[in-house]
Amino acid sequence: MQPECSDRFFKIITGAAALLAGLLMFGFFIQLFWYALPAIRTFGWRFLVSSEWDPVKQTYGALPSILGTLITTGLAILIAVPICFIVSMFLVETAPKWLSVPVSHALDLLAAIPSIIYGMWGLFVFVPFMQNTVQPFMADKLHLKSVPFFGNDYNGFGFLTSGIILALMIMPFICAVMRDVFKMVPPVLKESAFGAGATSWEVTFDITMKYGARGLLGAVFLGLGRAVGETMAVLFVIGNIQTVPKSLFQAGTTIAATLANNFAEAEGIFRSALFELGLILLAMSFLIQVLAQLWLKRVSRQMGEK
Amino acid sequence: MKRRGLFFRKSTDAIIKLLSLVFVALALVVMFWILFTVCARGIEAFGWAFFVEPTKPYGIPDGGIANALLGTVFITLGAVVIGVPPGILGGIYLSEFARDNVFGNVIRFSANVMMGIPSIICGLFVYAMLVFTTGHFSGFAGSVALSVIMFPVILRTTEDMLRMVPDSLRESALAIGMPRWRATFSVICRAARSGLVTGVLLAIARVSGETAPLLFTALWSDDWPFKFFSQPTANLTVTINEYATNSPFQIMHTRAWGAALVITVIILLLNISCRIIFKNKEHTS
Repeated sequence: MQPECSDRFFKIITGAAALLAGLLMFGFFIQLFWYALPAIRTFGWRFLVSSEWDPVKQTYGALPSILGTLITTGLAILIAVPICFIVSMFLVETAPKWLSVPVSHALDLLAAIPSIIYGMWGLFVFVPFMQNTVQPFMADKLHLKSVPFFGNDYNGFGFLTSGIILALMIMPFICAVMRDVFKMVPPVLKESAFGAGATSWEVTFDITMKYGARGLLGAVFLGLGRAVGETMAVLFVIGNIQTVPKSLFQAGTTIAATLANNFAEAEGIFRSALFELGLILLAMSFLIQVLAQLWLKRVSRQMGEK
Repeated sequence: MKRRGLFFRKSTDAIIKLLSLVFVALALVVMFWILFTVCARGIEAFGWAFFVEPTKPYGIPDGGIANALLGTVFITLGAVVIGVPPGILGGIYLSEFARDNVFGNVIRFSANVMMGIPSIICGLFVYAMLVFTTGHFSGFAGSVALSVIMFPVILRTTEDMLRMVPDSLRESALAIGMPRWRATFSVICRAARSGLVTGVLLAIARVSGETAPLLFTALWSDDWPFKFFSQPTANLTVTINEYATNSPFQIMHTRAWGAALVITVIILLLNISCRIIFKNKEHTS
């Protein structure tokens, strides 16, 4: 009798702890929605498309922040994914072991460095570098200044710099998953392609990429989830200006940066507007995570069936 | 398959190989660039005073980061105390009682989703829960925010580690008449001990460098962190943020680099020790 009773107790306690995960997830939405309610009532749907940001007149719009988040995240993915693909290919397929093992470990450690370090390095080292070397080169030598979305106004801060820093931050995560995907491809497939006379790039592009397409997409989702809510690395280098972005060299803001930058002095409806921004960010990352989870589940099921 | 000229194919291959070398070199260069900058600028700040003096208000040139270091330790320990027990218990439930049922899958799903929720949202959540309702920032709120981030990580690693314990061990423990909870704690958890420790250490490493959630909860101060439950509490990362962005003084930038070096070293050490623990375990078993 005694052990049965204690075991029931054990099961209830552990079950309650596990239930906490679901409750917290639910609580995030309820809590943020509750605190965002005054702003939702005041601004309505206009909040999503308005670019007005005026603490004096107490009118707020989320458009600059939302667009900024989308642009920096998109840039980061665009930069990081091809580089990660080629680097993981190199580390798994071509590189000798004495090179690939330490480099893989180094990349894994890079994932552990806190984001504020990236932000600080960005602010003190990378922004001047962008301002004095990279952006003049892109504007003048590559004649991008007359191309739309680039422009001639630059000071080192802005979307391009943030995108690059974010790309650096998410690369170790994407690389780790991609390396696993590359390792999962059965050697028989690769060997038969090599036997048919394919070059190693063709094997990667035609065999590995097609075989591991789903896993690779999972890696992209992972990077996306990391990049979309990153605060500190972006906050330091984005410039924090509430304008609708016109060019990549421009300074701007993201949802997370707006939150971190304004929250300390926010009161009343301003704070509520910031909570609504938080709710938007939560919804965005929730969507990404749910899609990624469903996707990965489908992948593993199909892999299991094979 | 499309027909492509041999020269074209071979040169594409060569270009990609070259490109891969360039990218790997680039990644390593950037990594060493970051680490070198942090070390070179951070080491300038180091000294006796840096580690024993508290932070001082703006304009006073001397001072250190001792209170922030202690505050970070307090906040992280608090997060461990709050976050680890439910994480481990929940992990036990998932691996022992809910391997394949609907409830377990829902929990697993939401834990995975929670791991991907930006840390700044956790900060907002705890701000609304503890700071707004009580009316003051506190180190305790910071601990809660970090524990919210830790919890799903520990939940999932605990489950994975316990699942690796072979069923025969469970069965033999139960066969000699142990109640389930006893079998779990003294046989199964013990068998998976190094994995559990690794999971907790990795979770600590992950949250101890967090800044965004602390901005909304612990904030920072120049005092020693002894009013942990009722006052803004000093911590390394928010101090770095303040010194690097809001201060015009060179000496404060240097001190921010020093703090950055301290936190980087702590986190890298945690990560490396995890690897060593886990590797040793793999070799012995």
